[in-house]
Amino acid sequence: MMRAHLKTLAAALSGLLRDGEGYTLWLEAERSDFIRFNHGKVRQAGSVEQAYLDLRLIRGRRQATQQLSLSGGADDLALLETALPALREALEQVEDDPFLLLNEQAQSSERVAAAALPPAETMVADILAAADGHELVGILASGEISFGFANHLGQFNWQQGESWNFDWSLYSHGDKAVKRSRAGSAWDARALRADIAEAAEQLALLKLPLKTLEPGEYRAYFTPTALSGLLSMLNWGGLSEKELRAKRSPLLKLASGEARLSPRVALAEAGGEGLSPLFQGEGFIRPERVELIAGGEYRNSLIGPRSAREFGLEPNAGDDEYAESMQLAAGDLPRDEALRALGTGVYLSNLWYLNFSDRAACRITGMTRFACFWVEDGRIVAPLGVMRFDDSLLRLLGDELEALTVERELLVDAGSYGGRATQSKLLPGALVRSLRFSL
Amino acid sequence: MLDTIRRRFLALQPSADFCSLRYVEEDREQLRVRQGRQQPLSRRHDRGAMLTVLDGGGYGYAATADLSEAGLRAAFERARSWARATAGHGVFDYRGIALPHPGGRYQGQGSVEAEAWPRAALLDLLLSESAAAKGDDARIVDWSAGLVRQDIRQLYLTSGGGETEQQLRAVTPSLAVTVFADGRVQTRSLGGQYGGLGRQGGMELIAEAGLKGAGRRVADQALQLLYAPNCPSGAMDLLLMPEQMMLQIHESIGHPLELDRILGDERNYAGTSFVTPDMFGSYRYGSELLNVTFDPLQRKELASYGWDDDGKAAAKAWLIRDGVLERPLGGDISTARARLNGFALDGVANSRACNWNRPAIDRMANLNVEPGDKTFEQLVAGIERGVLMQTNVSWSIDDSRNKFQFGCEWGQLIEDGELKGVVRNPNYRGVSASFWRSLKAVGDASTFAVLGVPHCGKGEPNQVVRVGHASPACVFGDVDVFGGAA
Repeated sequence: MMRAHLKTLAAALSGLLRDGEGYTLWLEAERSDFIRFNHGKVRQAGSVEQAYLDLRLIRGRRQATQQLSLSGGADDLALLETALPALREALEQVEDDPFLLLNEQAQSSERVAAAALPPAETMVADILAAADGHELVGILASGEISFGFANHLGQFNWQQGESWNFDWSLYSHGDKAVKRSRAGSAWDARALRADIAEAAEQLALLKLPLKTLEPGEYRAYFTPTALSGLLSMLNWGGLSEKELRAKRSPLLKLASGEARLSPRVALAEAGGEGLSPLFQGEGFIRPERVELIAGGEYRNSLIGPRSAREFGLEPNAGDDEYAESMQLAAGDLPRDEALRALGTGVYLSNLWYLNFSDRAACRITGMTRFACFWVEDGRIVAPLGVMRFDDSLLRLLGDELEALTVERELLVDAGSYGGRATQSKLLPGALVRSLRFSL
Repeated sequence: MLDTIRRRFLALQPSADFCSLRYVEEDREQLRVRQGRQQPLSRRHDRGAMLTVLDGGGYGYAATADLSEAGLRAAFERARSWARATAGHGVFDYRGIALPHPGGRYQGQGSVEAEAWPRAALLDLLLSESAAAKGDDARIVDWSAGLVRQDIRQLYLTSGGGETEQQLRAVTPSLAVTVFADGRVQTRSLGGQYGGLGRQGGMELIAEAGLKGAGRRVADQALQLLYAPNCPSGAMDLLLMPEQMMLQIHESIGHPLELDRILGDERNYAGTSFVTPDMFGSYRYGSELLNVTFDPLQRKELASYGWDDDGKAAAKAWLIRDGVLERPLGGDISTARARLNGFALDGVANSRACNWNRPAIDRMANLNVEPGDKTFEQLVAGIERGVLMQTNVSWSIDDSRNKFQFGCEWGQLIEDGELKGVVRNPNYRGVSASFWRSLKAVGDASTFAVLGVPHCGKGEPNQVVRVGHASPACVFGDVDVFGGAA
């Protein structure tokens, strides 16, 4: 429905333009059911239908954008008609934008996945049945997500699909829990039951006497989920061309050649294999793959259209210049040998609340969370009391990186700030010689 | 539009134990200048409604931007369907609570003159401050200034005849400068890089924030930081100025006192709390100098309002008095759940949603430390060896809100009761449960400032809300302080 609606709005808008004006439209729409769980029961259940349209009016080198929440009905045209005079007034007051860059070679595309999900009520019933007797807490998000783009040149791009994401934890006691997340486009109640049963088995380990560590350096194995926490920090300006040029990138030393990561590190933005649309807000089609770091050396930044215009480069990303489908190359350590390779040290399943403690040094602090363990001679012997680390990613993924696992996991972002996320990461686990705990 | 919504809600005649409609309309505009150039102007007009239904002991919600009678009816039926589908499977039987049916109108500071927004003059101001920040200094590699305006109208209607209308305006000025030389980088900002100067009010907030003249001043401070020595390491006194106190309050008092966290709702995402329900009324949270209030009626703070999003009337409440924990940040539903567990806690009006498309949960609003009796000079004079820290730049805390590590943009040594030189990359770490007990001096009203956190994230589905924090400068003893990489 929203696809036809966007086409209608684009056609109507074309008819409202004055000489010398152009536009782009960017639509993000979703029909989502959100069900929160606590104590293995429902905490809050509800549905959200939302559609946000970014209307950018262009005249010469001037631009201004108005975001509108659409109803999906005929009154949306009136919203556009009201927005246009306000944007025209704004264009009178802004300067020419020397870095405005829009795609002028229309490249239309369409990707629509067939609807395949059961009603969310069915999924909730499956979860309640599988969670019976367990201290389960988390959220199920399910439903359709659509993205669309249109412009005055007649370009039209559309992506639409149904998906679910169930992000949950099974609690043992206090802050001790096993955390899991699974997403897909087809619902599998049997796999859900197996996931919960497998997590429940791990709770026994969390009931062992707690190990409290003193601050210091420890060998550490990061599961793909824990590694994801570290790599997410790179997405906070580390991969952006603009931030690099502004000297605000945490990877400044890597990009300048002053620092180097382990030759094992090969990081890419693999948009062609991700869940986010390949088209973006200025109408460009993102490359299927951009090599960001190879052989431990900085190769490419993510370059939005504005940076491309400013620095004379080709755009390869959205204007936010962050990775949406990050991939880290696999290594040669079989996952089932990770504990043996770790020997004695910490097994980190999840990290939490990371931040830069010294951005220029790519130094990061954060906490351990959920099922993290103390390992001796390749055997899990105790759950860890939560520990704070404070260490440089240049070190952890540099000289201290001992191995990456052969197997990789696809981690789909369960976030829903403003709307349901479509970012994902494909990551191995990582073994490091030392991680610095500070508190 | 509000009258239309009223009529359509009346026409719904919702058949349920309880039904509310929360309509939210927001107009937003962002002006930004970076590196001497205007950035693309962005505006936002957002409107929609959340229907919430309690029926048969269940709870359901449905949000829609389709505000037609048919659209609202469809949302009501979807919400009721969720309430009925989950009745008997929920963490709480909603037949055990009577939500209020409030009435009245709240007009926030500056919201009556909400038309005033002299865009051209504001862009000129940003360009002028930006140019002043840069000068012709090649060491200044990034410099930006911005203004965000939000005009918000809310209408809350209940099936029992409740009706409140609220109108708010918030303005957030910002300015930041990054300097680079000899491989070293420092950033200094006006009030923080994440919207710390956000407050409710009109154009007067721009002058009050000190935006005029800030360009050169902030650039000078950034250059001082560039050549300053690293912050020393060790246990010492720590003088936190309001631009850091707000973050300290937010992370290690605000979040741990949220009752939904204490009840376990957030354990899968935002986390739990080291505070347990039995602590209220007796637990020594801080030294006897610590007094913390929840006050959504402080009109200039970012999260001021007349009623929360479950219709509870706003009122000032003491959460911590003379260091002793008195009450949690829990709305009507959470306090009712706590009562079922045997804890008769007094709550506050803090059940809030970020927008029409998210349900209300326990959030901070304006959470403040009350002033003490020391001037700034007296605070400094009382320190033999320590560091003053100002303006948060880094924040991290564990999921129980205990082990924290925070960093600031600006540090100054204090020796023998006197302020000394600037230090760069000042950081400190501690544990909430003991940190507040080391509070050894509290500044008076002359050191007090009203600040904001515009992007407080929490909840499943995720929500970002506006939060206000006001605080005097405070001194803590024997804190683990350290600097950045050498």
